[in-house]
Amino acid sequence: MITKRIIPCLDVRDGRVVKGVNFEGLRDVSDPAALAAHYSDCGADELVFYDITASAEGRRLFADALREVARTIFIPLTVGGGISSLEDFDRVLKCGADKVSVNTGAIRDPSLVREAARRYGDQCVVLSADVKRVDGEFRVFARGGRDDTGLEAIAWIRRCVRLGSGEVVVNSIDTDGVKGGFDIPMLEAVCSAVDVPVIASGGAGCAADFTELFRAVPRVSAGLAASIFHFGEVEIPRLKAGLRENGINVRL
Amino acid sequence: MTAIVDYGVGNLFSLSASLAAIGEEAAVTRDAAAIAAADRVILPGVGAFANARRKLSESGMESAVLGAAEAGKPLLGICLGMQLLFERSFEYGEHAGLGLLRGEVVGMSGRIPPELPIPHIGWNALNIVRPGGILKYVNEGDCVYFVHSYYAEGCGESLTATAEYGLPLTAAVSQGNVHGCQFHPEKSGRVGLGILRAFCELEEGRTC
Repeated sequence: MITKRIIPCLDVRDGRVVKGVNFEGLRDVSDPAALAAHYSDCGADELVFYDITASAEGRRLFADALREVARTIFIPLTVGGGISSLEDFDRVLKCGADKVSVNTGAIRDPSLVREAARRYGDQCVVLSADVKRVDGEFRVFARGGRDDTGLEAIAWIRRCVRLGSGEVVVNSIDTDGVKGGFDIPMLEAVCSAVDVPVIASGGAGCAADFTELFRAVPRVSAGLAASIFHFGEVEIPRLKAGLRENGINVRL
Repeated sequence: MTAIVDYGVGNLFSLSASLAAIGEEAAVTRDAAAIAAADRVILPGVGAFANARRKLSESGMESAVLGAAEAGKPLLGICLGMQLLFERSFEYGEHAGLGLLRGEVVGMSGRIPPELPIPHIGWNALNIVRPGGILKYVNEGDCVYFVHSYYAEGCGESLTATAEYGLPLTAAVSQGNVHGCQFHPEKSGRVGLGILRAFCELEEGRTC
């Protein structure tokens, strides 16, 4: 039976992991390859790297870091951040990314999803949507959650899946950072609207939030989080053992 | 030396890195002579069947792969590379495969319960039908990473492992020197590296 995936997400600037990741026994707490190895050993099912660099030099450093990760870690790698053209897809895929996540770039030009899916396959194109409730509807936000696009989220996500997104990450701005649990109603709405795997993001504060997620929305394929893993608030081996005790199938 | 066939489909970085990680000498190549000289051959592939099939033949790699199979070299198809080994595929129409293995490739849509997402993406457990060969280091229930919307059926005795996803999907096949895995061993952690190691230990003319 398919297992539910646990996915840590790392922000990278100038080729270094930011947000003060801190683990005992890790010599260099901001080295992407060292952190990736750590997470892979802990049982992370996949890793997401977001490049939050704006400069060309920063992107070069990101590419070097990504190549080093892909040379040493043999689990799926998704790369996002500033992907707005086929050249951007090409650039990160050549460095060993397996999937590429698009967000603002797809909002600016939805045909990017179609063209990328045509060239690299649906499985390669992950739609990442930052979603927030506005006036009683789910609304898509762009530029890291700063701009209200006016797009209704469910229709937007369906459209991108039709264009060729093979997977969808739903990041709830309403629950992000609150650590009170994933946004169950929003995830239910997305899961009932599309056939492709849905990855939940935003809101995890403890291990029980993942149990609640997979129980309440059985169709959700994966849970993604950042700081709770980086700061050791939730340890992946213990999280997975707990999920299994609660009857949720995970890879141990 | 293991030749990784480059016919312009998919990302070969991880595959060559994973072979390097197990200490296997490998070359990504689109040179028929290099494939003929290799000890064993890996046929990768992602994307749509018809496009891959066309590129395989246009690149001249089709005859190189068929030649290697005929010469008894161990051949491993991965993901779409495995699907190409069968007789035909029904992905967007009907397309002939290489016909090295019996069976055909069909879509999951309409054949698996509607609550299961398509594509089948993620880590799923292997149920071993026939142990040994490329699965010699794999234990029953070990998880490997899948990404696909189509699968092979009617594989007969070549079937060596399945994965449960509404129905038992063909996960691995072996017949003589021709092997395939639907999942990505280069993305399946230690279990996947073990499968690649087992493949690299196979020798020409020796079947399993």
